[in-house]
Amino acid sequence: MKPQTNEQKIKFYQKGTFTVGNRLIDPDQRLVQATTDRSNAITSGHRACQGCGEALGARYALDAAMVATDKQLVAVNATGCLEVFTTPYPETSWQIPWMHSLFGNAAAVASGVAAAFRVKGRDNVRVIAQGGDGGTTDIGFGCLSGMFERNDDVLYICYDNEAYMNTGVQRSSATPPAARTATTPAMGSAPGNVFGTGKNVPLIAMAHNIPYVATASVADLRDLEHKVQKAMGIRGSRYLHVYVTCPLGFGTPSSDAIKIARLAVECGFYPLYEAEYGVVTHTGTIRKKVPVEDYLRPQARFAHLFKGGKTDVETIARLQAMCDANIKRYNLLRDEGVVA
Amino acid sequence: MTHQPHPFAITLDVGTSLANHTGSWRTNRPVYVDRIPPCNNQCPAGEDIQSWLFHAESGDYRHSWDEIMKNNPMPAVMGRACYHSCEDVCNRARLDSSVSIHAVERFLGDLAIKEGWKAPPGAPATGKKVLVVGAGPSGLACAYHLARIGHAVTIVEAGPLAGGMMRFGIPKYRLPRDILDAEVKRILDLGVTLKLNTKVEDIPGLMKSGGYDACFAAIGAHLAKRVNIPSPDAGRILDAVSLLRDMETGAEPPKLGRRVIIYGGGNTAMDAARTAKRLGAEETVIVYRRTRAQMPAHSFEVDEAVEEGIMIHWLRTIKQMDEHSFVVEKMALNKDGWPEPTGEFETIEGDTLILALGQDVDLGILDKIPGVKVTKEKTVEVDRNMMTGFPGLFAGGDMVPAERTITVAVGHGKKAARHIDAFLNGTTYVKPAKHDVATFDKLNTWYYTDADGSQQPHLDMLRRRTTFDEVVGGLDETNALYEARRCLSCGNCFECDNCFGVCPDNSVIKLGPGKRFEFNLDFCKGCGICVTECPCGAIKLVPEDI
Repeated sequence: MKPQTNEQKIKFYQKGTFTVGNRLIDPDQRLVQATTDRSNAITSGHRACQGCGEALGARYALDAAMVATDKQLVAVNATGCLEVFTTPYPETSWQIPWMHSLFGNAAAVASGVAAAFRVKGRDNVRVIAQGGDGGTTDIGFGCLSGMFERNDDVLYICYDNEAYMNTGVQRSSATPPAARTATTPAMGSAPGNVFGTGKNVPLIAMAHNIPYVATASVADLRDLEHKVQKAMGIRGSRYLHVYVTCPLGFGTPSSDAIKIARLAVECGFYPLYEAEYGVVTHTGTIRKKVPVEDYLRPQARFAHLFKGGKTDVETIARLQAMCDANIKRYNLLRDEGVVA
Repeated sequence: MTHQPHPFAITLDVGTSLANHTGSWRTNRPVYVDRIPPCNNQCPAGEDIQSWLFHAESGDYRHSWDEIMKNNPMPAVMGRACYHSCEDVCNRARLDSSVSIHAVERFLGDLAIKEGWKAPPGAPATGKKVLVVGAGPSGLACAYHLARIGHAVTIVEAGPLAGGMMRFGIPKYRLPRDILDAEVKRILDLGVTLKLNTKVEDIPGLMKSGGYDACFAAIGAHLAKRVNIPSPDAGRILDAVSLLRDMETGAEPPKLGRRVIIYGGGNTAMDAARTAKRLGAEETVIVYRRTRAQMPAHSFEVDEAVEEGIMIHWLRTIKQMDEHSFVVEKMALNKDGWPEPTGEFETIEGDTLILALGQDVDLGILDKIPGVKVTKEKTVEVDRNMMTGFPGLFAGGDMVPAERTITVAVGHGKKAARHIDAFLNGTTYVKPAKHDVATFDKLNTWYYTDADGSQQPHLDMLRRRTTFDEVVGGLDETNALYEARRCLSCGNCFECDNCFGVCPDNSVIKLGPGKRFEFNLDFCKGCGICVTECPCGAIKLVPEDI
């Protein structure tokens, strides 16, 4: 009989894999979120809505950073959902030293905290600044650019849920075209947010030639933890842009928070990549490609594109073109060949 | 800090949000469930396939084998001869291809034989005696389960060797006899008495004289169905059952002609044709009255037969046998898929005819027993507890109305053993309620890595046509492990930590290896992310009573 071998190159759910952890994998290969001694940087009892993608994304990132820095970590927070739902006075959910100043100055405050530790000779204490898309791409943008330009030793994490969700879903500069928000209602000849020219903060961060810029998603934990760990191994200004879902603002079931985020990656709407000193060094891949319509249809903020059983083909085609451009630019399908 | 009253100011102790029990927001509650995987649900022998694959995945083959042995005492045989309907319903088939369950089972069965693993020890003796009539798959399985419960079992077999249709129906090239012998011996080693060459004529009489408290009859269906075909030499008409039996008992292989015609379209027809080919027939032709779509033989058996050079004449019935030829009539299917004569005839060459038209039960020893009822298909009627109309006499396998496969037979053996045990204790066995089925839509398959199935090696064609060596080879350990790990664990938690990781409220408590998880309902808001992101569908959301 002919011998036949299947080399175990394939990673199964038991080995490596896309799940959070598993019983057969070596303990040192398990994700931080699979360990019972993870920091739970945001502990239970916080007042985030059911199925909050931001609560999850922030815990993922900070727990990984806590491990990477051996718990020598301080977080500075911009105003936003994350700040509000974790710290209703006199309660806090934070299990790390944490401070909040203003909406727009998180990057500047974090730069100051890092400088203070340096002056005190405590270089081992690392600093993370964090904010939502409003506090990052709009209000705190000047301070952020300044922090990059000075190359302050801070990792800035933006949890992007694509609008001012905390104050009632108003449009931000990270709101995608055609999305309905309180300030871009679904009415008129071009309902929802305008197409505009876009404001891509990860690319703007790259233009500052800082040591590390990456995008991550709450739907890909393994990738996210890897990027946080990598960022904490680097000194200087670093920027991580994390896509998080908002069931309230997106108009999706709370149970689908990760599912929607996964669709954003799988349709090419939200590309995952890393860049060092302004150059893209690695991009993610799409495992199961879907059309952008699969991402849009479940979300009430895009419901007007499917109103009355009629599909707004033209608008969807424009959004699809954005996805296709991302797929091409970042080679998300590896030239349509084998995607590992 | 000391617990002194503080003024309302920044000197106030930092309170923790743990004081805020967000569980009160919940309108739905997540609940861990065990759903029955489609494979387990399908298995006629009631194997807990997902469970034994779970142990095999970690390389714990002994534990895995023990798990199979709870339901099936012959894994090496079943891994070869079972038609594995489990694989037809495997959810993985919707991703790439179904898990090769039978190949892993065979690997475990062969490993057990090689390592000399014994059946798990049974319970202490109960003092009850049970008679089993027939040492086929059903009788052996029943004896195994009864012996493990602690009953004293005697098997009485009319034939010269144990195994029934596993020996006298399934050819060696599909089931090598050393494998069969090893698994039969392991059952007998439990203390089961086997009496060969003993045909029972009077079951109630023997039960009384032997002091048996119950009897399980599993005599099979060994009488070949005949049709009347005019022929100048009836000696050249054989039946497939006798041919396959003679292969095992005769000192010399049966003499066949150069051109052999097999009449029928079931698995036995395929076995007879492939045996004839190996015995040296120059040409082996199967004649079947319908088309491949209606053929009862399993597709892979037909494929293997065709590969070995066996020809099939579809839509033909045999009308007459002459010296060196047959007259056949062309048939046409009507709208219901049944063949109707067309009145067109043709002649095909051939000098031997083997009939493989199905088998009947030898009812001679049963239909005289008071209370025993016979169906119009000439099988023995049994109730839900596998008992015939005669109290204490149970029956199973090919002789009762059911699909005739060894897997069904083994399942009957187990089922009957449970009911016999209950009967002996004066109780009734109540089957535990089945969980709902873990259908494909309950899974989140994004989390599973793509992994094409393994192929078992096949013997080279020359040897397939000329020897009775086993055609299909087994998987080596690397491949068996690979194959086991393709299992999606449908409906059963495999501790992937997804729920633990994806909860935005840290409300999943990880209990440690083998202990799974539980929910902290003080804080669970009932968002349901864990339900959506569970790869295997082992969590469901139920409404809270509000």
